[in-house]
Amino acid sequence: MKPIKRSAWALPYTVFLVLFVALPLVMVLIYAFTGRGGGVSLENFVRFFHSPEDLHTFVYSIEIALITTVLCLLLGYPAAWIMSNSNLNRSSVTVMLFILPMWINMLIRTLATVALFDFLRAPLGEATLIFGMVYNFLPFMIYPIYNTLNKMDKSYAEAAQDLGATPIKVFTKVTVPLSMPGIWSGILMVFMPTISTFAVAELLTMNKIKLFGTTIQENINSGMWNYGAALALIMLAIIGITTLFSDSEQSSEVETGGLI
Amino acid sequence: MVASEKHILDLQNVSKRYDGKTILDNINLYIREGEFVTLLGPSGCGNTTTLRLIAGFIQPDDGKILLEGEDIAGIPPYQRPLNTVFQRYALFPHLDVYDNIAFGLKLQKTPTDEIDRRVRKVLKMVAMTDYEDRDVDSLSGGQQQRVAIARALVNEPKVLLLDEPLSALDRKMREDMQIELKEMHQKLGITFIYVTHDQEEALTLSDTIVVMNEGRIQQIGTPTEIYNEPVNCFVADFIGESNILDGTFIKNGLVEFIGHEFECVDKGFGRRAPVDVVVRPEDVYIRRSQSGTQFSGTVRTCTFKGVHNEIFVDTDEGYEMMIQDYNAFEPGERVHMLIKPEDIQVMRKECTSNVLSGTVRDAETVRILGGDFPVANSFEVGSEVKVEVPFDGIELMDNLDDGVISGEVHSILYKGNHYHLTVRTEDGDSLYVDTNDIWDKGDLVGVKFIGQGIKLSKAEDETD
Repeated sequence: MKPIKRSAWALPYTVFLVLFVALPLVMVLIYAFTGRGGGVSLENFVRFFHSPEDLHTFVYSIEIALITTVLCLLLGYPAAWIMSNSNLNRSSVTVMLFILPMWINMLIRTLATVALFDFLRAPLGEATLIFGMVYNFLPFMIYPIYNTLNKMDKSYAEAAQDLGATPIKVFTKVTVPLSMPGIWSGILMVFMPTISTFAVAELLTMNKIKLFGTTIQENINSGMWNYGAALALIMLAIIGITTLFSDSEQSSEVETGGLI
Repeated sequence: MVASEKHILDLQNVSKRYDGKTILDNINLYIREGEFVTLLGPSGCGNTTTLRLIAGFIQPDDGKILLEGEDIAGIPPYQRPLNTVFQRYALFPHLDVYDNIAFGLKLQKTPTDEIDRRVRKVLKMVAMTDYEDRDVDSLSGGQQQRVAIARALVNEPKVLLLDEPLSALDRKMREDMQIELKEMHQKLGITFIYVTHDQEEALTLSDTIVVMNEGRIQQIGTPTEIYNEPVNCFVADFIGESNILDGTFIKNGLVEFIGHEFECVDKGFGRRAPVDVVVRPEDVYIRRSQSGTQFSGTVRTCTFKGVHNEIFVDTDEGYEMMIQDYNAFEPGERVHMLIKPEDIQVMRKECTSNVLSGTVRDAETVRILGGDFPVANSFEVGSEVKVEVPFDGIELMDNLDDGVISGEVHSILYKGNHYHLTVRTEDGDSLYVDTNDIWDKGDLVGVKFIGQGIKLSKAEDETD
């Protein structure tokens, strides 16, 4: 009997990918470009650009996602840097401490955060929303940066010092540029989910603040499949653009390593 | 360029420890301005640590490092007028060749046109003109090496530190780079401190070689001195090929080894003193006729090595000699040998037996190095004794449980008819063992005492 070709093993995966990745995407495309009458039309997109409320939600979501990403970077980089500089034993414990919350479901964590704010009598709103987002997504920023920093050959920093760079210059001229791949994957891993999240926003603001994810969900829930699909496509485009943008920067080194 | 007498760098009683382990033990060394100094030794000998201390990446635990007479203890590496060529180059992958080289100059806020001029000049010197826009990752190992050297030299350091810079290159390339480095050194007149474990490289490049082993300086000298007059077995064994033999210094100008007496030029070792003798394989003259020769033997093997043949001869007295000669000999052939007086290097033995301290447990046992050895004695129970164990009074065993204590074979020296081993016990003490058995470095062995040669004496109060 002839041995089974290696490519035959890929068949189940191909079927899976077609059924659950390609097909839904094609359906989103078809729905988005289907008008009320049933023919191909751009009316869903036209409607979006004429709906001030939806446009506002869209811009606001990007804003929140950007703020979250920047905060995560500002908090995450120093954390990653400290961990990569401490000795192995201690740092693996620290890494665990940062990763451990990920073992608990995000919704449960968010509910707990809500309960905490209730207990502190803090009003739920934009501030608590951003806090919740940063809290949820910070590990996604820390881990890839920690990974690149940890793998970075220490002799680069020594070489820079040897050539006359003060510790600050070593950091700005060598450490940061060399950790760009980690920074980019961190940004992607935070920005992508934050722009589309809706559960966290709903829970942490008691539905006071609406994000774009919620808009999509509402439309689809109320049977407006075509409009919802168009909105989803717009969001997909934004995420796609960020990916392209970072791809050109980070060449081949994506170090996200088994976090999700 | 000939080194001047001015010391550019002085290391005074420098020691360095990591986790209680001594890496450098009381290093004393001076380096003259313009000199090409090589710190040579096997891996772990402390030469890289010495270089890192000079560069300022680590601080000595004891001792001082003086640069042009000034203590540089408090000066961070970025303020030291020294530059390093790293073992794996450490070229910045996010910068191109030009920016890598200009890195140091830009930090010093050098005017752009001067940076430009100096970078071009140094690129020309390392024969890398036209490569300035290249990505460093796209360069070959040899080219990266040149850029690394250029990056260090462009800052015009007072001392250039090179940490095994050629170890990643293939042999041919390494030899070419050696010549270029030597030429660069002569042209620039900068002091070079070079770390390597390659003795050939050290002999080729250096004005002065510092041979190091286990954190200590073994010998400092010119390549010829180191090669022709090694001070101990380690240096003789590490540099070049050699026959290292046990001998007896009979009187000035006369030494006995391999069962014969030889005239030598050495003096002052005392009468009938045990010594080590080194004879380089190319210094043994091998003949087919007996006239004028000193000892005879039979050829065991003869291997063609290009320039010469490497011949192993079993002498009639049962010693093995390694000999290099242009002529080839047949295995089994009778041959006769001659060694000239000036080619015999006599060295004082570092020790002639293992001197250990022990505690008497009872009339039959003495506790030594943490193990209870069966040694009959007449000392009071509990008293401290000095134990002398001859090299051949120790037996090593495969099975660790058969020994009283265990250890690891740390180094091996062939002495013509037996092996001289250093065994490191679990507590880090050294035992010297003469044996005919073949062991490998790193073998774990059980240790016990055999024979009658063990001498016990009352410990003096001030023993260490």
